[in-house]
Amino acid sequence: MHAGIDALSESHQADTQVRPYATKTQTAEPTMASSERARDTNPKITVEDTDFFYGEKQALFKVALTVPTHQVTAFIGPSGCGKSTLLRCFNRLNDLVEGARITGKICLDGKDIYAPSVDVTDLRTKVGMVFQKVNPFPKSIYQNVVYGPQLQGVRRRSVLDGIVEKSLQGAGLWEEVKDRLHHSALSLSGGQQQRLCIARALAVNPEVLLMDEPCSALDPISTAKIEELLHSLKEQLTVVIVTHNMQQAARISDLTGFFLMGELIEYVETKTIFTNPSDSRTEDYVTGRFG
Amino acid sequence: MPARIKKFLDSGALFIWFCGTAVAASLLMVGGVLLLIMINGLGFFWPHALVELTLKDGTHVLGELKGEEVIPYSETPEFPEGKTRVRLKVGNRDLYGLDFRWVDTDQIVSAESPKDVAAFERREWGNFYGRIREVSRGEGVVATGNQEGWKALQPLIEQANDLHEEIEHLQRDVIGDINYDIEETRLKIRELALHGQGQVPEVAELQASTEQLETRYRKHVETLRTLSHRLDEYSVVLVETNGREKRLAVGQIVKALRPNDMGFVEKILRYFMNFWSVLSEEPREANTEGGIFPAIFGTVMMVLIMSVAVVPFGVLAAFYLREYARQGLIVRVIRIAVNNLAGVPSIVFGVFGLGFFVYAVGGTIDTLFYPEALPTPTFGTGGILWASFTLALLTVPVVIVSTEEGLSAVPREYREGSLALGATKFESMLRVILPCALPGILTGLILAVARATGEVAPLMLTGVVKLAPALPLDHHFPFLHFERKFMHLGFHIFDVGFQSPNVEAAKPMVYVTTLILVMVVIGLNLSAVALRNYMQKKFKASAV
Repeated sequence: MHAGIDALSESHQADTQVRPYATKTQTAEPTMASSERARDTNPKITVEDTDFFYGEKQALFKVALTVPTHQVTAFIGPSGCGKSTLLRCFNRLNDLVEGARITGKICLDGKDIYAPSVDVTDLRTKVGMVFQKVNPFPKSIYQNVVYGPQLQGVRRRSVLDGIVEKSLQGAGLWEEVKDRLHHSALSLSGGQQQRLCIARALAVNPEVLLMDEPCSALDPISTAKIEELLHSLKEQLTVVIVTHNMQQAARISDLTGFFLMGELIEYVETKTIFTNPSDSRTEDYVTGRFG
Repeated sequence: MPARIKKFLDSGALFIWFCGTAVAASLLMVGGVLLLIMINGLGFFWPHALVELTLKDGTHVLGELKGEEVIPYSETPEFPEGKTRVRLKVGNRDLYGLDFRWVDTDQIVSAESPKDVAAFERREWGNFYGRIREVSRGEGVVATGNQEGWKALQPLIEQANDLHEEIEHLQRDVIGDINYDIEETRLKIRELALHGQGQVPEVAELQASTEQLETRYRKHVETLRTLSHRLDEYSVVLVETNGREKRLAVGQIVKALRPNDMGFVEKILRYFMNFWSVLSEEPREANTEGGIFPAIFGTVMMVLIMSVAVVPFGVLAAFYLREYARQGLIVRVIRIAVNNLAGVPSIVFGVFGLGFFVYAVGGTIDTLFYPEALPTPTFGTGGILWASFTLALLTVPVVIVSTEEGLSAVPREYREGSLALGATKFESMLRVILPCALPGILTGLILAVARATGEVAPLMLTGVVKLAPALPLDHHFPFLHFERKFMHLGFHIFDVGFQSPNVEAAKPMVYVTTLILVMVVIGLNLSAVALRNYMQKKFKASAV
């Protein structure tokens, strides 16, 4: 495993000048100063040569990419292209699916997350997730936020109170709910509920936040709030977001990967993919010719 | 024309009518049942007026009028519609032999409701209807005549009732406790003997304490005898409407009423007093008189034990089937089997309960833990625990099915959301899925309670009795006596209605017991529903 990582990081260093992120695509001219990128592209998640199967059906074909730390990475592509599947591989939520099988290697901070020694619950506290369908638990706002910390054994009321305030502030919800923390989470509006889910994920202090179309069920104002939130979030953690909305990807992400039929077609800086995609299929998709 | 008919048929109007009729018919049937039970059951408590009839042959009949009917096959030119007759409850079973009498209407000369007649409720022989001739103490007369006697009698009856209470307390609490202790000591001695320690000083000590207890017992029995004598101190000579006399100890009278002399308010007051005494008292006279408190208590306690047993059992099974087991052929077969279990006739469960719980499990418990009591069985005979377990077995499919439904209704997003926060599957189930499935689980409990309260057949094999000597709950450690036999409202109905020597007199009791059984079922169901709503509120929306 170590050998693999070393090889990977070596290849990365070699590639940094021309193809910083994806191993598969030819990218256009780098836009950032190379020294800056060297710092920014410290890889958080690396995916090597990954195939994924739901039973007989293959959902991912030889995907390889790296997700840099403290950046927002967006996955776009038509429905069923495998972007959500890849996202759910990052916190091993696909383990629940009967007949699911993965080959290849996915590493978090250089460590294989599918290694037998990995504690899945540990992994999931490091890699938080926000879902497409807004899913606060039918409990109070407070209980929703402290759910994760309590699982980790935090019992002291004062500590939990602090976590609640910090997480809700981090999700931009504190001002709106601080007077009714013990009301039902289901009494909040859809957008507030989604931000509560973000706060809930932040409460366990994750290093990576996976977001699976977090705004698809929300109105434009709530969407704007969450997008705004993402800018501040990436100071603290690494964000991977799946979205159907190309404007959203363009607005919020630093890097964008385009998936089609389970293949990663193109993975470059966001600006590039929308202005100067190298693959014709990408161009067709981002210009709205299909998808 | 056919087109119009087709249009009419296709419109579904006919179908709606059918549906409506079905609903109406169901409501009518349920309403009819309830109405019948309520009229007959609630009417029982009303102090009925007494009528005194004078017949053509000069004799009198005194009693409660119970109805009028046409005599079958009695049409004559005189009575083309058929003669009628009235039915009276005349009481005085010791004098007449029967409680009821039919009188042909054409034999009646006059009917009156004299204010001075009284109904005496007695501890034996049912009611006496008539007047008082004299009240005496021993040989000396205290009061003569109906009016004087009535006045003198009232405080005496109260006194006698107090005395009865005292006797009952002495018998049940004081002497009962001594007997309990004597039995415990005997078992301890026997236990020591069984362990080959029949000679240790402890045994001598125990024997000494037994003797002490027996001395105390004899002393209390003596007190009891004096008290019983005091019951016979006063006696009253009653006279029935035709002049036959009956001497009666005042202690034999439970209460005396003059229903024709009572005002409406007084009657209402008496109505609720009667209601309360049925709810709170123990049965007398082969269950046909007195109250049904032990049966109510037994029913409720059995259902509670059953609920405590069935819920964890059913919920765990459902969790395994839904959450852990690999969904496949085997689980499907198990599910079908569970569903079919719900359709097995309840008497089959009774037989199983008798064979498995009572004989196998109970018998084993007896040999292992109660060898000193053998050959008298402790758990190796029917008891409230085995009856409750049998019913739990009967109702566990209901709980499993509803819990599974509750579990499958929990959105996948909750499970994933919880797992994504670093919860294990078990933590997710405990903290998110179980609370969400709770309404489903409690719905299962409601159905189980509804079914269990009404079951009688399996209980008859596993522990219900006609008359239980003691409640399964008392002040002796460990307070709950799971091995005891118990009384049950459903069985009480069967027993009073079909097994009693005086069926006609017991009829009102059957209706009353039925009414109370229905009330208990409704009460238990409502409390389960209230519990569910409370939980739902607590977990679903702790909102304002």
